[in-house]
Amino acid sequence: MEYKLIVSSSPHVHSGDSVSRNMYAVILALMPASIASIWFFGLGALGVTATSVLACIIFEYLIQRFILKEQNSVYDGSALLTGLLLAFNLPSNLPLWIVVIGAFVSIAIAKMSFGGLGNNLFNPALVGRVFLLISFPAQMTTWPVSLAGNRFQTVDVMTGATHLSSLKLNQADGLEYLDLLLGKMGGSLGEVSAIALFCGFIFLLFRRVITWHIPVSIFASVVLFSLLLGANPLAHLFSGGLMLGAIFMATDYVTSPMTPKGMLVYGFLIGLITMIIRLFGAYPEGVSFAILLMNGVTPLINSYCKPKRFGREVNHV
Amino acid sequence: MGGIHPGENKLSAGQKIITSTLPSTVTIPLAQSLGMPSSSVVAKGDEVKVGTLIARSTGFVSANIHSPFSGKVLKVDDVYDSSGYRRPSIFIEVSGDDWESTIDRSEELNREIKLTSSEIIKRIADAGIVGLGGATFPTHVKINPPADIKAHTLLINGVECEPYLTADHQLMLEKPHQILVGIEILMKATGVNKAVVAIENNKPDAVDVMRKAAESFTGIEVISLKVKYPQGSEKQLIEAVTGKRVKSGDLPVSVGVLVQNVATSYAVYEAVQKNKPLIDRLVTVTGHAVVRPINVLTRIGTPFGLLIEMAGGDLSQTGKIISGGPMMGKAVVSPDIAVTKGCSGILVLPYLESRRRSMRNCIRCAKCVSVCPMGLEPYLLGRLGEIQDWQSLEKECVMDCIECGSCSFTCPSNRPLVDYIRLGKSRVGTIMRNRK
Amino acid sequence: MSIVLLSIILLSLLGAISAVILNFVAKKFYVVEDERIDIVESLLPAANCGGCGFPGCRGFAEECVKADTLENLICTAGGADTMRNVALALGKESFTSTPMVAVVRCNGIPQYRKKTNEYDGAASCAVSSALYSGHSACAQGCLGLGDCVFVCKFDAIHINKETSLPEVNEEKCTACGACAKACPKSIIEMRKKGPRSRRIYVRCINKDKAPLARKACDVACISCGKCQKACEFNAITIAGNVACIDPHLCRLCRKCNDVCPTSAIVEVNFPQKRESITE
Repeated sequence: MEYKLIVSSSPHVHSGDSVSRNMYAVILALMPASIASIWFFGLGALGVTATSVLACIIFEYLIQRFILKEQNSVYDGSALLTGLLLAFNLPSNLPLWIVVIGAFVSIAIAKMSFGGLGNNLFNPALVGRVFLLISFPAQMTTWPVSLAGNRFQTVDVMTGATHLSSLKLNQADGLEYLDLLLGKMGGSLGEVSAIALFCGFIFLLFRRVITWHIPVSIFASVVLFSLLLGANPLAHLFSGGLMLGAIFMATDYVTSPMTPKGMLVYGFLIGLITMIIRLFGAYPEGVSFAILLMNGVTPLINSYCKPKRFGREVNHV
Repeated sequence: MGGIHPGENKLSAGQKIITSTLPSTVTIPLAQSLGMPSSSVVAKGDEVKVGTLIARSTGFVSANIHSPFSGKVLKVDDVYDSSGYRRPSIFIEVSGDDWESTIDRSEELNREIKLTSSEIIKRIADAGIVGLGGATFPTHVKINPPADIKAHTLLINGVECEPYLTADHQLMLEKPHQILVGIEILMKATGVNKAVVAIENNKPDAVDVMRKAAESFTGIEVISLKVKYPQGSEKQLIEAVTGKRVKSGDLPVSVGVLVQNVATSYAVYEAVQKNKPLIDRLVTVTGHAVVRPINVLTRIGTPFGLLIEMAGGDLSQTGKIISGGPMMGKAVVSPDIAVTKGCSGILVLPYLESRRRSMRNCIRCAKCVSVCPMGLEPYLLGRLGEIQDWQSLEKECVMDCIECGSCSFTCPSNRPLVDYIRLGKSRVGTIMRNRK
Repeated sequence: MSIVLLSIILLSLLGAISAVILNFVAKKFYVVEDERIDIVESLLPAANCGGCGFPGCRGFAEECVKADTLENLICTAGGADTMRNVALALGKESFTSTPMVAVVRCNGIPQYRKKTNEYDGAASCAVSSALYSGHSACAQGCLGLGDCVFVCKFDAIHINKETSLPEVNEEKCTACGACAKACPKSIIEMRKKGPRSRRIYVRCINKDKAPLARKACDVACISCGKCQKACEFNAITIAGNVACIDPHLCRLCRKCNDVCPTSAIVEVNFPQKRESITE
């Protein structure tokens, strides 16, 4: 009988989960926000999104094929996701060549130079975004106001202050909470519609792609500190990049802590730093910086916030 | 804490117990329990009957072995075991089916327990009974803890959380009274007056049958638990039923609970009430590569190949043959090995279900951390095992790992976590032993 | 005072204070070390391979300076030249050491040793060895998963893709012993390189009895004893069902190689004989 049995260690079955399944689930969760972005900002949103996604995928493919000469992994969806998330952090009227530079920084510098997926220390989309913010401050902070009616405009969009900058400058801008929730306000592509993002959050929880710890601790922390520091908690929750950051950026697998305790600490500190920057710093928006700073602290959190061991008082021998 | 829900695949559910055919020559391994291997008391040419003592226990943690067949001893020699190493075994040429006259082969239920507590323990020891849930710990040692530890509850494990396996389920359906008498015997032996039979709620028929049968017994309660793997693991089961966690390094009996498998309770019944030593057990032969998944009562020493043939398995379409369940079972190197006391199932996987997918970098998704029932960090243990950092492995409590496989099962990058954790445990274990 | 002047003064002051503090600390916490250690360390190859048995090149340098004699101190990576330089620098006597090389005592290529199962677990010899006996009927044979390659710092050992066995590059091998330590089957041995790099050894460590060994692999050592009888220099011992050639007694006459029925004995770097026997 010429057959050969296969031998390996247990377990001999697998759940079928894969990296691409998780990445595409997140991409799916972002679709409501993407549709909302096109609804509110017109074809400019589509252009920025498409450019960012394509650029990220192409850069990753080229780097893997010609520089690293390793097995290609663009199909796993992580480059697509980075492209989508980067786009969601940009204004819809950003010149496309700047978008491509941002994609390059995100993929080549923040992700591939660290060793590819799994080895990067900082959230690639955020690194790209912050790089663009600092290098092209003018283009990155002229926010188009929401169209909500004239959505086929690409150029000549009206620009104005975001709700966050109004809060910073203590100006009234006539926005109601409903506007904030739905997204009828100025801002970057993905951050405006809290409802669309929240739908994505529920979907991800249901599919067990992420757990509740990080987003909920960020929300709780923001509410706590806005109350403590005399600001409007709901306004801070729903404006700016907080919803997007809390649900999709801070929960990035590679750069967030590995244990529930660690995740709560991480979320708490992100909320704190965000509020400090928003209320006392020069920038109206603090989420990107807060998340990047905490990405750097994540290894430390991983060292110290160990899970409770079964049957042990202390978490190490 | 943690845990997963692997697909149940109970292909053989409801299959009535059948008896396996007798092979012509068999090898009976001398190492069939945890602890020291037994030592042979027969030699070439000896005639044996079913139930004749053929090997004696050799230490505190060791067990007797009795001949499951009648015939002649050919030799005592090394033969390949499930891991491909050659181990001492007793070779028997089978002829006929003569049983020792001391064994009561009648089918009727023997309800009255005539032996005293210490006599029961001695009978269990003589009969060579070991934990049939898979751990094969000698039962007479387990139910006789040190004098300063007192058990107050006997917890009977009818959970059978591994996918594919249905032997315990079928045993509970067909022999509930015998199991309960066995539990009563164990209660008497350990001086415990409360017993709980835990069954997962994916076996509602077993829960009903056992509950109804338990009405005519005192002190035995049947409870139904939510399904979760690895709830059948001793420490996890104790927590699920009593809420208490056994401290790392302590015996489970230190929280007052003694755990025994339902099949072990049945074997205890047979040993004490029918004077029958442990010579056979229920094995589930299943998997998508067999045509007729079965629950078969088979003698120890029966070759895997015979049982796979009974179930209509096609070895040319087979990728893996697993002794046990898919989560913790052992992939064997050949079907020519013998069923041992610890073999609860033979899982025959077709080729397409047998290969692992290719491995990727750890994406730090922390899913392994969330499913680990022992509160460990499998991604870290796997990485430390890869770079062979034994010191850090010990510090990260690698010895607590029960090798349930939940982490590898869940990992989206298909990383071989259990492989490296096993290596880490064996090296750290050696280092710790050498320290003493 | 203008802001520029103020900045210059303040920063200079800061610089001066830092310099004073650093200078003080450097002097106070200065570790007095024999300066020869630095000199010796600079002569070493800085591979930190551990082949000398000491913790890194610095550890070895310290030992050289401390020791009375350099007799048993050998830098395997640097070789005889390095030790001569160290001896010169320290004014101690230099000793010649026998050049060693790593030798793989398994010849179980797929043609000779049939695979009996397929291993699909983690690609590490240590893991496979801890799990079961291996992918062939020889429980002591090479697993081919490359733990030895992983630890080699000198790029001196590689797994041959066709034979699945490790092959040692003599030029690069420094006999540091890392591969031997990494191999869970203890197949790799450090042996004398031999005159003109010639050596003879038994390329098998299988300790099973002859019928079993032969069934598992065509070129296994079956401990028949023919080699021992043929050797005029008593260089061959047979223990545990396997033959071993003592490199210190072996005179490289190759008589054992001629008589070995399974071709388990191999000769390395010899010219072809008139009637060539397959290696």
